[in-house]
Amino acid sequence: MKILRYLLQKEFIQILRNKSMWPIIFLMPIIQMVILVNAATLELKKSDVYVVDQDMSDASRQLVDKLKGNPFFQITSITDNDHLADQQLLNGKAGVVLDIPENFEKHLKRNNQASLQLRVDAINGLAAELTWSYMNSVIVDYNNQIRASWMGVSKFDPPQKIEVSQRYWYNPSLIYSFFMAPGVLVILVTLVGMFLAAVNLVREKEIGTMEQLNVTPIKKYQFIAAKMIPFLAIALLDLSFGLLIAKMVFNMPFEGSLLVLYGFTTVFLLGVLGLGLLISVVSETQQQVFFVSYFFLLVFILMSGLFTPVESMPTWAQWLDHLNPMYYMMKVIRNVVLKGSGFFDLKYEFLSMLGYGVAMFSLAVMRYRKTA
Amino acid sequence: MENENTVIRVRDLVKKFGQFVADDHLSFDVYKGEIFGFLGANGAGKTTAIRMLCGLLEPTSGELTVAGLDGFKQREAIKRRIGYMSQKFSLYEDLTVNENIRLFAGIYGIPTHIRKEKTEELLEKLELGSARKKLVRDLPLGWKQKLAFSLAIIHDPSIVFLDEPSGGVDPVTRRRFWDLIYEAAHEGITVFVTTHYMDEAEYCHRVAIMSAGKIVALDTPKALKKEWDATSMDGVFLKLARSNE
Repeated sequence: MKILRYLLQKEFIQILRNKSMWPIIFLMPIIQMVILVNAATLELKKSDVYVVDQDMSDASRQLVDKLKGNPFFQITSITDNDHLADQQLLNGKAGVVLDIPENFEKHLKRNNQASLQLRVDAINGLAAELTWSYMNSVIVDYNNQIRASWMGVSKFDPPQKIEVSQRYWYNPSLIYSFFMAPGVLVILVTLVGMFLAAVNLVREKEIGTMEQLNVTPIKKYQFIAAKMIPFLAIALLDLSFGLLIAKMVFNMPFEGSLLVLYGFTTVFLLGVLGLGLLISVVSETQQQVFFVSYFFLLVFILMSGLFTPVESMPTWAQWLDHLNPMYYMMKVIRNVVLKGSGFFDLKYEFLSMLGYGVAMFSLAVMRYRKTA
Repeated sequence: MENENTVIRVRDLVKKFGQFVADDHLSFDVYKGEIFGFLGANGAGKTTAIRMLCGLLEPTSGELTVAGLDGFKQREAIKRRIGYMSQKFSLYEDLTVNENIRLFAGIYGIPTHIRKEKTEELLEKLELGSARKKLVRDLPLGWKQKLAFSLAIIHDPSIVFLDEPSGGVDPVTRRRFWDLIYEAAHEGITVFVTTHYMDEAEYCHRVAIMSAGKIVALDTPKALKKEWDATSMDGVFLKLARSNE
């Protein structure tokens, strides 16, 4: 154990002495948190609506007024030229085209029914669906309104109607940054920990100091542990820094216990740092390490549930996701931060991540060869 | 030739990389306190051989005993009893002289008070006292070399392996470096050194000359010069090379 102490002392001196580490440790969290959390949003705001009103009636104007009052939509122009609408959709100037046909009001009054047409740019399917459903709710609302005003509401015979009132739990105002910030924190600690540790180890191979250590009686687990612990500490430091930014910039709530979050993050980092070091012990150059780590990181992030819910992935992918440490951590951090989940609520995630960490550490130790 | 003074015993040691035979049935003994040189051109198989002896490379076949321990099964135990300095003399350039000493002494489990004594002794001998807090990066090459050697023997190993230790320095600096090697040998540390400098070969007690993976000659420099009727090891080497063509 004494050897580990000397190795750790060496690593920390080297890290603290390396000036190029400071921007990575302190600038990266700021940039990631402030830019990513704000920019990476799935919220639908201000979708451009192009209205083709060929009726120009009271009824059609009422509908357009309803749209004007909706925060999700922004009416770019109202014309009766259907041909222009196509072009607007084609060159991306409109996200959605609402066609109000001629005789809209007449049909509505005479037949008690009328048709509208919605054309939605569905390049981004998710956004298109959202646009469509918001649009739909505006029209349903409009529908109810004219029905009530034309028929008159009878006190004795009110129209039957089920009303749903919404209440969102754990993030009542549906603030998107509260959802994104914890997720970006997971990426941050992974990126910092995994890359720094992996690059540090392979650098010793490149400059030849690794060979010098290999002729000493140093134990393999001591070497791997000495490469892991400093970067685990740096990653946890960045977690603290990131949490502080989330609190100050986004006013993100923190419902759970810090101890639980740090405990889980440590176990999570054991796995990703272990993987980084495993990649490093089987690689010879920094390029190799970068390429392979980047590959894993990309898959981990895209399948972590950061942007898209894991539940909407195909079953086989969900099953595969159990090999993705970020999948567990993403769930853990959001639940701890927003819901206040404790250790026992997340014990399955804890055990999975612990298993992952032990496996990765052992593999890195096993694959590290002191003899070529 | 084998006796109780044998510290390295090599029999029919072979190392293949795929089809390429880097070392072809090497057999020799090295005795305690001896300075044993491995001489040969680049690519003759010297570095491969020394790396096998240190436990950095797995031999393909043969027998190997280092410091009384089996070179196949007791590799980690051997590492406690040997020191190694490579051509890159792998000190940590971003650590100070003191920090390098502390690290390697620590790895070999030298207790703190003994380490402190040894550090003072070492710095005095190398006249490095004033540079103890300097980064190794900022030291001249010759000093780095001497420091690397001193660290390779800081744990009093029975054998020290030096792989082309004096590359890139002038003959005067090389001569001073060899003073350190003689001193270590005098204290009973066996020195195994590879080189392609002929003047260094003259300093060895015995030399083995390698060519294309084989040992083509093995004797004292004096005997070799006599046998090949040459005035220097350079002459021996040239005549040997010609006879092997």
